[in-house]
Amino acid sequence: MADLDYKVIVGLEIHVHLATKTKIFCGCELAYGDTANTHVCPVCLGMPGSLPVMNKTALEYSILTGLALNCEIAKFTKWDRKSYYYPDLPKNYQISQYDLPFSEHGYIEIPLESGETKKIRILRAHLEEDAGKNTHTLGNFSAIDLNRAGTPLLEIVTEPDMNSAEEVGALARELQRIVRYLGVSEGDMQKGHMRFEPNINLHITKNGEVFKTPISEVKNLNSFRAVERSVAYEVRRQLAAFEETGVTMQMGNKATYGWDDDKQMTVLQREKEEAHDYRYFPDPDLVPVDIDDAWLGEIKGRLCELPIQMQVRFAKEYGLSDYDAGVLTADRATAEFFDGTVKLGADAKRVCNLLTQTGLKLANEKGVSVDQLRISMENLAKLAKMADGGDVSASAATTIFEEMAENGGDPAQIAEAKNLVQKSDAGEIEALVDAVLAENAKAVEDAKNNPKKGKKAMGFLMGQVMQKSKGQANPKIVSQLLNQKLNV
Amino acid sequence: MTTKIDEAQVRRVALLGRLELSDEEVAQFSGQLSDIVTYIEKLNELDTDNVEPLAHCLPVHNVLREDVPKPSLTNDQALANAPARENEYFKMPKVLGDNSGA
Repeated sequence: MADLDYKVIVGLEIHVHLATKTKIFCGCELAYGDTANTHVCPVCLGMPGSLPVMNKTALEYSILTGLALNCEIAKFTKWDRKSYYYPDLPKNYQISQYDLPFSEHGYIEIPLESGETKKIRILRAHLEEDAGKNTHTLGNFSAIDLNRAGTPLLEIVTEPDMNSAEEVGALARELQRIVRYLGVSEGDMQKGHMRFEPNINLHITKNGEVFKTPISEVKNLNSFRAVERSVAYEVRRQLAAFEETGVTMQMGNKATYGWDDDKQMTVLQREKEEAHDYRYFPDPDLVPVDIDDAWLGEIKGRLCELPIQMQVRFAKEYGLSDYDAGVLTADRATAEFFDGTVKLGADAKRVCNLLTQTGLKLANEKGVSVDQLRISMENLAKLAKMADGGDVSASAATTIFEEMAENGGDPAQIAEAKNLVQKSDAGEIEALVDAVLAENAKAVEDAKNNPKKGKKAMGFLMGQVMQKSKGQANPKIVSQLLNQKLNV
Repeated sequence: MTTKIDEAQVRRVALLGRLELSDEEVAQFSGQLSDIVTYIEKLNELDTDNVEPLAHCLPVHNVLREDVPKPSLTNDQALANAPARENEYFKMPKVLGDNSGA
């Protein structure tokens, strides 16, 4: 069959666990992986007569995230009951937000392969409670753990603005970076802190006409890889289905799929949406919230420069490659430590190399962030300047960095104590060069007049001078002097 | 009296509420619910053109709690009223076509 011209259309729903100490409506501590049903109380067990009270931090974390996603924050917001008949949420309803979510109409900027960014519109973000867990099945029974029930959950819904699996993956990763920068979620995928549900369909152009394939929603994806692969798989599946049957989108033929990670394919769960009837209504147990300017202003004060903005700035202002800028902005501690050091006058590329080639490795080994190594921004800037000025070689700078990371200290003193100071005194080096030239007549001859061996002879002479200086001569100056004296 | 809530609607609401009703009950509730709706319709006589929708009947806003942990129940306390348990878990009949996950 002829290749069809088509466009991929994807919107994403994301659920993010907020990193509060306690649940959204009760004082039970959030605990991952603890003994089942030991972080529960009458509120999150849905006992009659118990009353939920909103966790202020959960709401503030949500608003902060809404602001970072460029959303309009509502002045008035409320919570609603959504009917839900599964035993992992024993009230028989989920407390969520329906018609008056706390935030709407924003956008998130995602990095593209090309180094450009793309804005993906955010339809809304609202705050709700998570359900517990059906942990395993016992024949015809399920075992229920309600420790997770009532975990504050931020639901973010994008507009269908993504046009490839890569863009969906980029958005998922960018959102993880944002919530980590803001400190509102650990964003730990292994712990289910972020769950993704892409809605996918295709706009296929055939004989000048556009056909829209039925929308698939893939539920509950909890890894970036699964998100990307499920979208890519759905694109292939929908194309094949269209070619085979010509079926297009109609009211009610949206289908729900799961992702089978072993088979690497989506699996149909529900064909026709049974007309969803969640029967939302305002929760009488929770009073609405007014968000006044003073409060909003206070929360705005907690915003930080966003990772994508830092990444773009590092590439633009500091001349770093997009790759380096991406590595440095993967977490906020590294990004701010790098930025602070460069602002002390150190060369960006030099600091970048020290941090990405040595710092991140050491920090990773010690299980800390780079700013928690025993190196201050001042001392790192000083070290970078020493390396740039030729006071120490690049390899000596690495050695000094490692020593500072281990035991702290001043780079100049360490260089001195470890005999790593590079000699740049031209007079002193010239004496060494002269001595080497006098001792190696053959190599001098080759360097001057033998085009085949010239380069090698030059390298040999260079090595001899470095050896004589016990590795402390500034190689740049040695090389200059050699060139000068040999007239090459 | 006209039937405001017909039997099909009663069956639909029963399904949503996971209720099993006999045919007699469906007929009975259709009549009763229709009566209730008729009674409530009296409210339509009120002119609400310039009235803001009410989100909550109490004139109270912003009841918030600090993010401070409080003791939870013990596992045995939590499961004390459970119809069935399996070790530390609530034991529930498996939901067919389970699409849970809020």
